[in-house]
Amino acid sequence: MLLPAILLISAAAIAFEILLMRVLSIVQWHHFAWMVISLALLGYGASGTAIALGKRWLTPRFESTFAAAALLFSITMVLCYMLGQRVPFNALEVVWEPRQMLYLGLMYLLFMLPFFFAAACVGLAFSCRSQWVARIYLFDLLGAGSGALAVIGLLFVLRPPAALVLLAALALVASIAAGWVSPRRRALGGLQIAWAVALALLASSDLLALRMSQFKGLSQTLQTVDASVIARRSSPLAQLVVVESGRIPFRHAPGLSFATRHLPPDQLAVFADGDSMSVINRWQGDQESIAYLGDVSSALPYELLPAPPARNRVLVLGAGAGSDVLQALYHGAASVDAVELNPQMLELVRETFADFTGPVYGNARVNVHLGEARGFVARSARRYDLVQLGLLDSFAASGSGVQALNENYLYTVEAIGEYLGHLRPGGLLAITRWLRIPPRDSLKLTATVIAALRQAGVEQPHQRLAVIRGWNTLTLLVKNGELDAGELEAIRQFARQRSFDTVYYPGMPAQEANRYNRLDRAWFHEGVTALLSPQAEAYMRQYKFNIEPPTDERPYFFNFFRWRVLPEVLSLRERGGAGLVEWGYLVPAATLLQAALAGALLILLPLALAPKKWPSGIGGRAGTYFFLLGLAFLFVEIVFIQKFILFLSHPLYAVAVVLAGFLVFAGLGSGASQRLAQRAGRRGRSPLPGVVAGIALLALAYALALPFVFERLIGLPDGAKILLSLLLIAPLAFLMGMPFPLGLARLSSRAPEFIPWAWGINGFASVISAALAILLAIEFGFTVVLLLALALYAAAAAILGD
Amino acid sequence: MPRSLASLLMIMPLVLISAGATAQDYAAERAALVAKIRTYARQDRPAGKAGFSDQVLEAMTAVKRHEFVPANLRDQAYANHPLPIGHGQTISQPYIVAMMTDLLEPEPDDIVLEVGTGSGYQAAVLAKLVERVYSIEIIEPLAVQVKARLERLGYDNVTTRLGDGYFGWEEQAPFDGIVVTAAASHVPPPLIAQLKPGGRMVIPVGGAFLTQYLLLIEKSEAGEITTRQITPVRFVPLTGQH
Repeated sequence: MLLPAILLISAAAIAFEILLMRVLSIVQWHHFAWMVISLALLGYGASGTAIALGKRWLTPRFESTFAAAALLFSITMVLCYMLGQRVPFNALEVVWEPRQMLYLGLMYLLFMLPFFFAAACVGLAFSCRSQWVARIYLFDLLGAGSGALAVIGLLFVLRPPAALVLLAALALVASIAAGWVSPRRRALGGLQIAWAVALALLASSDLLALRMSQFKGLSQTLQTVDASVIARRSSPLAQLVVVESGRIPFRHAPGLSFATRHLPPDQLAVFADGDSMSVINRWQGDQESIAYLGDVSSALPYELLPAPPARNRVLVLGAGAGSDVLQALYHGAASVDAVELNPQMLELVRETFADFTGPVYGNARVNVHLGEARGFVARSARRYDLVQLGLLDSFAASGSGVQALNENYLYTVEAIGEYLGHLRPGGLLAITRWLRIPPRDSLKLTATVIAALRQAGVEQPHQRLAVIRGWNTLTLLVKNGELDAGELEAIRQFARQRSFDTVYYPGMPAQEANRYNRLDRAWFHEGVTALLSPQAEAYMRQYKFNIEPPTDERPYFFNFFRWRVLPEVLSLRERGGAGLVEWGYLVPAATLLQAALAGALLILLPLALAPKKWPSGIGGRAGTYFFLLGLAFLFVEIVFIQKFILFLSHPLYAVAVVLAGFLVFAGLGSGASQRLAQRAGRRGRSPLPGVVAGIALLALAYALALPFVFERLIGLPDGAKILLSLLLIAPLAFLMGMPFPLGLARLSSRAPEFIPWAWGINGFASVISAALAILLAIEFGFTVVLLLALALYAAAAAILGD
Repeated sequence: MPRSLASLLMIMPLVLISAGATAQDYAAERAALVAKIRTYARQDRPAGKAGFSDQVLEAMTAVKRHEFVPANLRDQAYANHPLPIGHGQTISQPYIVAMMTDLLEPEPDDIVLEVGTGSGYQAAVLAKLVERVYSIEIIEPLAVQVKARLERLGYDNVTTRLGDGYFGWEEQAPFDGIVVTAAASHVPPPLIAQLKPGGRMVIPVGGAFLTQYLLLIEKSEAGEITTRQITPVRFVPLTGQH
């Protein structure tokens, strides 16, 4: 019963991790969720220490302690979910309020518990059944792989509280299975039944409901009189909540001109994960009620499209609740291709609120495509008069800089190149961004567009570019061709009539900048002009935010952080300068620091204080070996997840498929490692150098070849791409599953008491690795991370290959 | 023994609260805060001014911010940072309140509109400087609470109401100054219409606890609209240029 129980525990643990990420992203914020969970995973390391210290007592009671740990895993999963949401932590106050640090620490500890007990099960098995190491690792990884995959499907069907109950029940089943063969079956059984009853009671109460931070947009909106939730959807992509506000309309119209005569129509607000508000407009097919869409900065490209509009083909990337599509219809576009990633968003607009929003997505002129924008563009052979990339993220998210961690393949040099490649001669690419002061994303976007134009062989990018801004949005246009005098006049007129400032167009006089929405200096005009000049490189270097163009190799559009500016901006926070700090980047940095400290405290210190002496020489070497493995495995995994996200062109499915693939094939590799070791043992040689050489060769070959393979095959249907991805991952992951059990097997013959510690150190390294990989990728790109991983593997092999 | 320890834990917060500051302490803290704000403004010269006006700083010295924050946060009332006031709302950082007030250039006979009363602190500061303040709040419990608070503290030249600020306060319009503290995706055109020629409107832009910049909208005597985006701090985004 042991191996199936391990499979269940590992499946539940990884599913719980993914569920927790969802829950904390909804009730708090994504970057915060990432940090809390990273730290919570230290529970893995801590369990290794606990087992190492208590081994003498635990070993004779293996079945009972395993079953008890599984039961505690089940219980603490539910408890930490409930209590964690009740800690009065407010991420927004961390700058000001030292007390928040205490709350944060409390959350780390709470969320660490379930991972501690889950890992304790596996660690106990490793330690007490060391002859089965490879098979245990196989079931551990198989469980984790299937759990990662299953939870994605589960979250489409179940809301988070129900999913939680199911996972707790799984862990309980594992506990019962393991407890069956325990001499203390009776006592355990009583506890298991009691918990089963409690779980059933909790499931039917509302104690498991999500408790959202009062500072999230949804919470704030629901505070206003007469606002109420009228629809909810939940999936692993996002929780969508539709809000109706009876007495006080939303009037959401980002970038609306001061000079407009038009107000937005009745709207329903859609919140994704409690923030990122977008709106569904009431529309009956008339022009008047949506005329406001002609007076926002993103309407600029329509003024330049050739008449008659009835011939224009428009592509809207990230169509969401439909405002950009409506704008295209308002301007008379002949056909609109609308691409949206979230099927539930489409369902809401197309079906549930079809009466409210009228013929937007049901329009004969509109073709709706479910999918990721970049993937759609790569597959499509159509050419457009206008490619429109709207405001996909909320102002709040953009303003606080918390997206720095998120890779984004929509705004890279390669992506822009793809969009430009889908323009008809004379066609336009229009990108609208929130305005931040001092300028950050707008300049980074400009730099990216210029780089893409240069890469496409355009020698005079400045003849094709125009930028305007209102007080809170900025719209950038790129033409497939040079802007002519008539178009320049149209730009000037559009801006003047709506009190928008022209930031740049070919030949724009400097005194025309900064006229209506005045800044202390014409930062936007100066910036764009500098980026188009031969001094662009120097300007980017001198700029206090990172505005270098992101590439697919370093796809961090939203990271503007520069270390050298940190002391200056931190010193300014009391003077109202808190908005200058780019918090997002600091999250992995802070995680790394905290993990290192907590790891030392929870994993290393107790062992150092332990009275027992390790066999000389083995401790340090084995510790280093498992530390390096932990780092290297995740480095490789993270890099390949990124590569496949682009290829599978879906963030969620890519992560699920790649993660599951890696874990399952690594598990199979682990299973095979035992035979390999026996065979090699007979010949008196370690198989490790061969395995590591295999990993290095494959990884290098992939790093070099994958970009070309992907470029050619990205047009394949999804199923074929997933299959191909798994085939590619299989041999690499198979080999990567071997070093860990090979090392453990080695250890079990020489210093078996060291095994749980190795497991703990490996877990600790994984936490550090995730944070470190992101920082390294942001600074140096994925290739460097991969090369480092290979160096780490080689170092590990050298250490053990005495 | 454990029980007495536990009971000690329970009374400790009470002890801390009752040992809280006296009126004199608050006055001293307030004076120190205002001194700090005065210094920052002189050094940073927001919006190109030499500093905040003496009247604005006097008003900041007169208004008891600790009366506007939740009881459990009173010890932080005179720290220069925003605080939560419940219902997902905050009381702004004092430095930002001073800056917003100063940007309005209030005159003693001005009529001012505020959209988003919140704690009532901004309205109270304005009340010391102008003839009348009209203030609208969209969240019912806050509106009820703030009305009682301002009455209790004797701010009888402030009138509050619960409702939608988008269309301003037609019966009392036009206004010499308007402050919009509620987040909005665009500047409500009706508010621009209710601004007197020569009037000024100030809008802080950013999320809760975080002001990115202030939007100052000026209506000329001829009725033309210009806006200025004013960052609170002096920060030049290029190295080597100060």
